[in-house]
Amino acid sequence: MREVTLSTTPTPEALADLALGDIVYLDGLMYTAREGVYMRALEEKANVPMELPSQSAANFHCSPAARINPDGSFEMGAVTATASFRFAKWLPDWLALSGAKLVIGKGGMRSTDYKEYFVPNGAIYLSTVGYGTGALLGRGVENVEAVHWHEELGLAQAMWVLKCKRMGPFIVASDMQGNCLFERENERISKNLHRVYEGTRPATLKRFGETDDKSEELI
Amino acid sequence: MIPISLIQKTAETLMDKAAIEIPTDYLDGLKRAAAVEDGDLSSFVLKAMLENYEAAKQDRRAMCGDTGTPRWYVKMGNEAQIQGGPVALETALRRATANATNGVPLRPNRVHPLWRTDHNNNVGIGAPEIEYGYEPDGDWIDLITVHKGGLFGTDYRMLFPSDGIQGIKRFFLDSLVAFGKRGLACQPAIIGIGLGGCKDTCMVLGKRAACLRVVGDRNVDPRIAALEQEFTELGNSIGMGAMGFVGKSMVIDTHIEVGYCHTGAMQMSVHAFCLSSRRAVARVFADGRVEYRTDPNWFTDYQRRETVDWDLPQPAEVQP
Repeated sequence: MREVTLSTTPTPEALADLALGDIVYLDGLMYTAREGVYMRALEEKANVPMELPSQSAANFHCSPAARINPDGSFEMGAVTATASFRFAKWLPDWLALSGAKLVIGKGGMRSTDYKEYFVPNGAIYLSTVGYGTGALLGRGVENVEAVHWHEELGLAQAMWVLKCKRMGPFIVASDMQGNCLFERENERISKNLHRVYEGTRPATLKRFGETDDKSEELI
Repeated sequence: MIPISLIQKTAETLMDKAAIEIPTDYLDGLKRAAAVEDGDLSSFVLKAMLENYEAAKQDRRAMCGDTGTPRWYVKMGNEAQIQGGPVALETALRRATANATNGVPLRPNRVHPLWRTDHNNNVGIGAPEIEYGYEPDGDWIDLITVHKGGLFGTDYRMLFPSDGIQGIKRFFLDSLVAFGKRGLACQPAIIGIGLGGCKDTCMVLGKRAACLRVVGDRNVDPRIAALEQEFTELGNSIGMGAMGFVGKSMVIDTHIEVGYCHTGAMQMSVHAFCLSSRRAVARVFADGRVEYRTDPNWFTDYQRRETVDWDLPQPAEVQP
């Protein structure tokens, strides 16, 4: 498996060179942004308190295990990503506004998301590993540079600005063509599923969600 | 009489241990899985996880940035007496949760479900949960904290007797495949299954099966024990590994707990613990001794009793 060190303000060439499944370590500034930040920046039109993307083009879907000390300094313990698919609603506008080239999180997006708005914005997706390698990732945070909007959004939703030094590992989960690592793996796994399910019995009582036709009998 | 200050101090230590130290039984199980895993991406993930546990212990930092939703299981011997009574006990556990959230630090995950307001300390309405159990003798109190992670990997289904074992298997597979995709369930994990009870008790049984039994432990009913082993093998034959990559490690162990249910029903719940199976236990004695361990030993014969009465030991037999 190939290992690559990448800047959090990467060049288009460096991104084009990455392949699905490559292992990446990051250097530079990274910021956390999830639903709280997206709603505040995109729906309430608040000014983003950083110069993006010149300071950082790396959006981490993360809430750290961290505290703000009484003297205003920060204590950062473990950092782990949160599932990204829930943020698809805001990401097209966010990528356009922020110029983010790296979206880092858990579980990736659909290949249709990559093709529709990652590729046109020159962005790729990096997945954290495990997803529980919070202590290893925490070691890669050299310093907490700032935390924005914590009073408005709370610690978990705040915008944390992290200085990363060889932070990782991450896995390349989408490429500049919009291919999706997880869909590739799912396709391989799905081929064998019928064998595992052989002999099992579908539930006697169906549920809405398994059908969207509300007139359908569920028994 | 167990001093309340000792309970709070012990509870704070447990919060720290649960967040930082991977329990040995799960660690050994994951090492066994890593040894047989042959998917290249899955193997890389398991190797990174094993390094992560070491980093957490060396740095005394939480294993995972999502430190879950801390909760408490309290078990008391029949003769246990707590200074200040149950209200003082609950206050001490709430204080310990808040203090450790700030101290370790943990992620303050708990917010109001509608207003999303945040106390930044994992304490709020109904949080942390505190659940109770009792044992026929003893003057001790067991404090067990579980910081279960994961919004994913848990489901419930009303099955019926006619669904049978093959229906149970189907729902087990459905749950694992659905939540295993893209690794949302943070597998390989300990899987708990609740069968029977009512809907709420079925969920409680399954969650306790996942969080309060250690890897390698088998249900005392030999037929259920055989099912536990069969389900572990079934889960690991899906062809999926860590993060939903091609592989063979989905399940480190399966635990099944049952409760008597309505004659027409067969409720089932599935719960995946996660790659940071956070649990820590201490027994606090009236004489001030504290013994730490990682096995909650929750499901004793008394917890699984079927009879109306339970013979209490005679006074002469009560240990001093």
